[in-house]
Amino acid sequence: MAEEIVQPAPVIEVKGLTKRFGDRVAVDSLDFSLYHGECMGLLGPNGAGKTTTIAILLGLVQKSAGQVRIFGQGYPSDLWKVKKRIGVAPQMDNLDPDLTVIENLLTYASYFDISRRTARVRAEELLEFFALSLRQSEVIQNLSGGMRRRLLIARALINSPDLLILDEPTIGLDPQARHLIWERITTLKGQGTTILLTSHYMEEVERLAGRVMVMESGRRVAEGDPQELVHQRIGQEVYEVMSVEDELTHLAAILDSCSADYERLSDRILIYVRRPCPELEALALSHSYVMKRPTNLEDLFLRLTGRTLREDR
Amino acid sequence: MSPLFAKVWMRNCRVWRKYMTASLIGNLGQPLLFLGAMGFGLRGEITDIGGLTYLQFIAPGLVTSAVMYSAAFETTYGSYTRLSTQRTFEAILMTLLTPRDLALGEITWGATKGIISGLVMFAVFPLFGIMPAATSVFLFPVLFLEGMAFASLGLMMTSLARNYEFFNYFTSLFITPLFLFSGIFFPLENLTPWIQSVMKTLPLAHVVETSRVLCYGGSMGDVLFGVTVTAFHAAAFTWIATLLLRRRLIT
Repeated sequence: MAEEIVQPAPVIEVKGLTKRFGDRVAVDSLDFSLYHGECMGLLGPNGAGKTTTIAILLGLVQKSAGQVRIFGQGYPSDLWKVKKRIGVAPQMDNLDPDLTVIENLLTYASYFDISRRTARVRAEELLEFFALSLRQSEVIQNLSGGMRRRLLIARALINSPDLLILDEPTIGLDPQARHLIWERITTLKGQGTTILLTSHYMEEVERLAGRVMVMESGRRVAEGDPQELVHQRIGQEVYEVMSVEDELTHLAAILDSCSADYERLSDRILIYVRRPCPELEALALSHSYVMKRPTNLEDLFLRLTGRTLREDR
Repeated sequence: MSPLFAKVWMRNCRVWRKYMTASLIGNLGQPLLFLGAMGFGLRGEITDIGGLTYLQFIAPGLVTSAVMYSAAFETTYGSYTRLSTQRTFEAILMTLLTPRDLALGEITWGATKGIISGLVMFAVFPLFGIMPAATSVFLFPVLFLEGMAFASLGLMMTSLARNYEFFNYFTSLFITPLFLFSGIFFPLENLTPWIQSVMKTLPLAHVVETSRVLCYGGSMGDVLFGVTVTAFHAAAFTWIATLLLRRRLIT
């Protein structure tokens, strides 16, 4: 007998979401859901519509069309109820520079109508969790980039949110600072926090997200388990052949004739291999500079969203 | 628990307390110097106006000008900094607060700063030998309404501004003319009738007249009329500023 699967209501449910700014379509008939306890990575180049999507979820940008439900609540009539349960760490640091570390948390708590006593207890817990306790009386300007980011995430947790939105949580940080933040996010995931994460760092998404959605020009171009998605779309392995232009052109011609899945760049060719193929391997290895490696999310990302740097980004 | 807009007020107050002295000197320097320079400098040169010495004549108006400058500067340069470089408004809108709460918080705070400047000015009257009448306790609500009106005007400018230079239009073309032509330094009646009429529709003139009556006595009917006009200004401008700020923040 088939087990009955009871699907709980999604935390976020977006259907046909569209946002136009004049002639430009920032978000184009977007559909997606985020389920309780899940960490979903939102991937896409700059200008793909990730931040606009988040701004719509928060009611900061008005949608042109489509439906948004958060916690099963209609929107935007129940925006207040919804925002009470969301914590956001935005991409652009907007900590209050006029206030100290602890004042930032306490003041932010007041915007959620949290009592002073509760706020203080919570703020101290969060400073402890993010290794900022010793800095609590520091002014924001004196904090390092990593500390500011940690404080920004701590601030997002001040209202004990049921949904945490992290927009590029480690952008511009050194490896130590990034690892510290990843550890903390992993702990939060372990506690069952539902997380929507956007990032440019594939490593970050592979590490933290159980599911990814790739966006390009406001549309969803792929969605699924990161590993499965990579294997499904571009295979398990890739040969990276580096050579001079003539030789690459020659190789490309051969690859075309056997309809292999490859990608030509200015100084190299990437050959994606779905199943073991001795002929391809021999062909690739006949070149002197070749590297065989497992495919990763970055390969998929670049395949899906293109390699060219566009003017409008 | 206080209403949500009060959280913005409290945030601004908390920051202000850190820089209180500098802020007060910035807001009070100009009106105090005017009072000293004009009041004493022109003493004897100008005959009494309506039974008041020149110093007495200009003092209540300078209180209202201190309110105007403090309130308007707070919600232009201050609010615009929080809107643009500091991104404080953006952070606040990610919480329970709506653009309306934010606008009300900024306006009431601007009005509060106005009142503080006005009251400090008023408090130094005895140093200049000015002894206001008991009715001057009613200055408090009048100055608050004035503060609301000018804070709202400032916030309207902030909602439209793309850079700090934009505020030059506001200060040079609006605030300074109000300061000079609202009856602070000479009776409004000395102006051409049509300019008088224009000044009387604008926010400052009625407050100047009302404050002078409250300090030295006069027609309470005029006071009532002045307060009504100022209350109307405060309410209308608050409403418009709230709409404009919302339009600026929610795209």
